[in-house]
Amino acid sequence: MIPSTKPPKHLKIRGPIPKAASDVVDTGPPKIEIRGLNFFYDAMQSLHNVNMTLADRSITAFIGPSGCGKSTLLRVLNRMYALYPKQRAEGEVRIGGVDILSPSVDVAELRYRVGMVFQKPTPFPMSVFDNVAFGLRLAGGVRGAELKVRVESALRDAAIWDEVKDKLSADGRSLSGGQQQRLCIARAVAVQPEVLLLDEPTAALDPISTLRVEETMQSLREKYCIVVVTHNLQQAARVSNVTGFMYLGELVEIGPSNQIFTSPKNRRTDDYITGRFG
Amino acid sequence: MNRRAFRKIKNGMFLSLSLVATLTGLACLAAILWTLISHGVAGMSWHLFTQMTPPPGSQGGLLNALYGSAVMTLLGILIGSPIGVLAGTYLSEYGRNSGLSSAIRFINDVLLSAPSIIIGLFVYELVVVRMGHFSALAGAFSLAVLAIPVTLRTTEDMLNLVPLGMKDSSAALGAYPWRTTLSVLYPAARSGIVTGLLLAVARISGETAPLLFTALNNQFWSTDLNAPMANLPVVIFQFALSPYKDWQDLAWAGALIITLTILLLSIAARVLLAVLQTERGAGR
Repeated sequence: MIPSTKPPKHLKIRGPIPKAASDVVDTGPPKIEIRGLNFFYDAMQSLHNVNMTLADRSITAFIGPSGCGKSTLLRVLNRMYALYPKQRAEGEVRIGGVDILSPSVDVAELRYRVGMVFQKPTPFPMSVFDNVAFGLRLAGGVRGAELKVRVESALRDAAIWDEVKDKLSADGRSLSGGQQQRLCIARAVAVQPEVLLLDEPTAALDPISTLRVEETMQSLREKYCIVVVTHNLQQAARVSNVTGFMYLGELVEIGPSNQIFTSPKNRRTDDYITGRFG
Repeated sequence: MNRRAFRKIKNGMFLSLSLVATLTGLACLAAILWTLISHGVAGMSWHLFTQMTPPPGSQGGLLNALYGSAVMTLLGILIGSPIGVLAGTYLSEYGRNSGLSSAIRFINDVLLSAPSIIIGLFVYELVVVRMGHFSALAGAFSLAVLAIPVTLRTTEDMLNLVPLGMKDSSAALGAYPWRTTLSVLYPAARSGIVTGLLLAVARISGETAPLLFTALNNQFWSTDLNAPMANLPVVIFQFALSPYKDWQDLAWAGALIITLTILLLSIAARVLLAVLQTERGAGR
């Protein structure tokens, strides 16, 4: 392949031009610091020496072909992988200064600080209100009027309050797919985590719902350190401040989304975003 | 052309054979139901529900047997279903892939299809011989042993149907597995698990063999769990084999009652399953 950062024009873009949204934004101090992270599924290594620093109050998107390790990376950040046998992570992952891979860290406590939303909407078999209150009740200490306030503000944060305020007692599963996903976002932000992980949050949604979820993400950026994994390059370009490209378990390149999508430094990044593989 | 005609004939033959087999099965079922209803209806009266099983030649009902069956079935489910549900939960949520689970699953399948008379003999040796006498408690215990594999199996199957994402989401909020199981998985699988319980009730309420060796029977009204207790299946067994016309009529009536009860339970279970499916549909 031609070792050039500027491929011929006709090869450049697969779909509509990913328009980078992110002007320089005022992000916060470093929130997540990853040093020398390796990850193993049994004997197979799926993350190789990943290093990066992610800022608070920013949206970082990870892109890359299926199986590149971007979801694995996400599942390290709240130690979700620990639910499954034979998976282990090595290295240092600091969130808010605490090394979360240390055995002394309580996973329930960690997951309280690091919320996660999955690809398929997963409303619990209970009312809309109880769905959002689930995490708050787990932690305890929040009840009565305060619980109501917290649930409402979470639903507002997730931009779904107006649609569900009259059916808080309806089963969460009776909402539409897009509403369910925003309900899940509300559920995750209700406990006011420090970090919000989104694993292909719009992959199962129609374009309109996708738009709403993206708007939700934008409005949440002001409060949280958001990490999103997506297969949708346009989405990464639209919503994120920082984009990381992963390939075969390596973090190939990470930088301001503007730069990644217009003038990537690495040829593999360029090949991927221009649709020459992946 | 010839070949095609031959294939058509083969197809027709296969279809008609299947049809004949189906009709044979259905005809047998209809015959059984018809016999039951025609004989049973004759014996139906309020006396069944107000009087005790009579000595031959006098009028009576099935009250003590109905009561005994209800009590022992209820006790059997109360003892058996928690064990079945919890073991099913273990298989689905905690030890899905462990060697122990495969062993438990295999043994459970064997137990599921074990002849109930074996269970009766087992409880006879274990409880009746040691206590020195037949008792309603031993009867309930043998029914519990029969209920365990049914509830275990349905609970495991229904929990396995709950989407993995739901479990992960709960864990991602910081819930420990027991909290996830109680607050998320059980509600999600509720109708399925209840269906399993109903099927277990249907299964054990008609069992004769295990009760024959454990609760035996009682001609009189008895609420003592430590003594032999009347129950429908054994009464039917005893009365149907007797030479007395009035006893035989009572046996038919009892058989009809038991069949209708099980039929109702099965219908309830199916309705619940249908509800479960629409819930799932709404969940998509």
